[in-house]
Amino acid sequence: MRYVAPTSIEETVSVLAGDVRAQVYAGATDFIPQLRMGRPEPGVAVDLKRIDRLTDLRREGDTWVIGAATPSARLSEEEDLVAELPGLVEAAHLIGSDQIQSRASLGGNLCNASPAADSVPAMVVNDGRAVIAGPAGMRTIPVASVVTGPGSTSLATDEFLVELVFDRPPPRTADAYLRFIPRTEMDIAVVGAGARLTLDEAGRCQEVSVALGAVAPTVVMVPAAADILVGNPLTDEALKRVAAEASAVCNPIDDKRGTKAYRRQVAGVLAVRALRLAADRAARTG
Amino acid sequence: MSRKHVTCTINGDPAEFLCEEDQSLLDALRDVVGLMGVKEGCATGDCGACSVILDGRLNCSCLVLAPEAEGATIVTVEGMAGPDGLHPLQETFLEGAALQCGICTPGFLVAGKALLDRNPDPTEEEVRYAVAGNLCRCTGYDKIVRSILDAAARMGEAAPAS
Repeated sequence: MRYVAPTSIEETVSVLAGDVRAQVYAGATDFIPQLRMGRPEPGVAVDLKRIDRLTDLRREGDTWVIGAATPSARLSEEEDLVAELPGLVEAAHLIGSDQIQSRASLGGNLCNASPAADSVPAMVVNDGRAVIAGPAGMRTIPVASVVTGPGSTSLATDEFLVELVFDRPPPRTADAYLRFIPRTEMDIAVVGAGARLTLDEAGRCQEVSVALGAVAPTVVMVPAAADILVGNPLTDEALKRVAAEASAVCNPIDDKRGTKAYRRQVAGVLAVRALRLAADRAARTG
Repeated sequence: MSRKHVTCTINGDPAEFLCEEDQSLLDALRDVVGLMGVKEGCATGDCGACSVILDGRLNCSCLVLAPEAEGATIVTVEGMAGPDGLHPLQETFLEGAALQCGICTPGFLVAGKALLDRNPDPTEEEVRYAVAGNLCRCTGYDKIVRSILDAAARMGEAAPAS
């Protein structure tokens, strides 16, 4: 395996075009363990962290732009981002130890395409966009259409993720992400739930988005949450129906972390808790 | 396979080494540079025994490819003691018996230093989160956590907040 560290997007495009066995990586917190577990080495390991734009984190007009290789620790340190997109930052912050936080990135978490990736439901409920570079130039697609299945993405082999873009929240809007694991730290989600909502001045829901992780091959949305809640306040009765709908859209597996039935039930509970937390935050943003 | 020449700063001194392109920074630090304080536990980023401070951030050196260290500043456990003696964390680990077999100890010391560098007066909960990425099979963690808190207190007394 050769190692290259291009310093520009153009250079990276030409490295990928020149060798089909080249593979990009960001923090390597999944990439290196996969090699150690016996996955064949790529011909060229392409380190994206020397490209300024890929390790950037900036507010640009009405958006936040986060480089695909920006370490998660940077997100938690950016106070304005924590204030505006707390759920997204929480989701990234839940990934691994301090050591992992120094390296793990939103872009890597997305493109590694684990069904249990914590940041993906949070990115999806925030209508995140993925900016992708390739030989034909740049294209932008919804984060929700990047992952196509466990370990696979819609990116071509000569493309790579450059950055993620999120709208800054309008008034009375907030997000939240909650994860269930059997202990306090250092584990992989049994269920993850992202929620984002906008309240009107009377405290009724105007927009609602709920996405679940670790309960299907890819993140699943709960469109019924909006059908039930838009135009209404978050009553216990309405949330009970949302929980049932969230449980119903899951397509989980049985594994050592939980059974199908357990995951379905927890998905409903977490979806409701994430909605309540997002609503509390939205009400506070006035 | 060609080797990469890496120039960096290790424990305050300029350093250079030759590494394989697929070698981890952990292996390069141990096998090429000779810093045996950096331990290999799992080699997959789970145990923290190989922790180093890389450009100011705590990292598992097993999750870094050695060529990535070009231009970087690295602190290992060997860089913690000063000319006047042990680092306060090393003192309190010894006094508090915060180790038994010792293989995890360099990682805990470096993680403790990374914590105290940015948060000189942590709560017990903050200490426990800060070492959540370091595994110890001997001590049960309590003595480690207390020793880090003791070191913070000792360093606070030595340099009282103005």
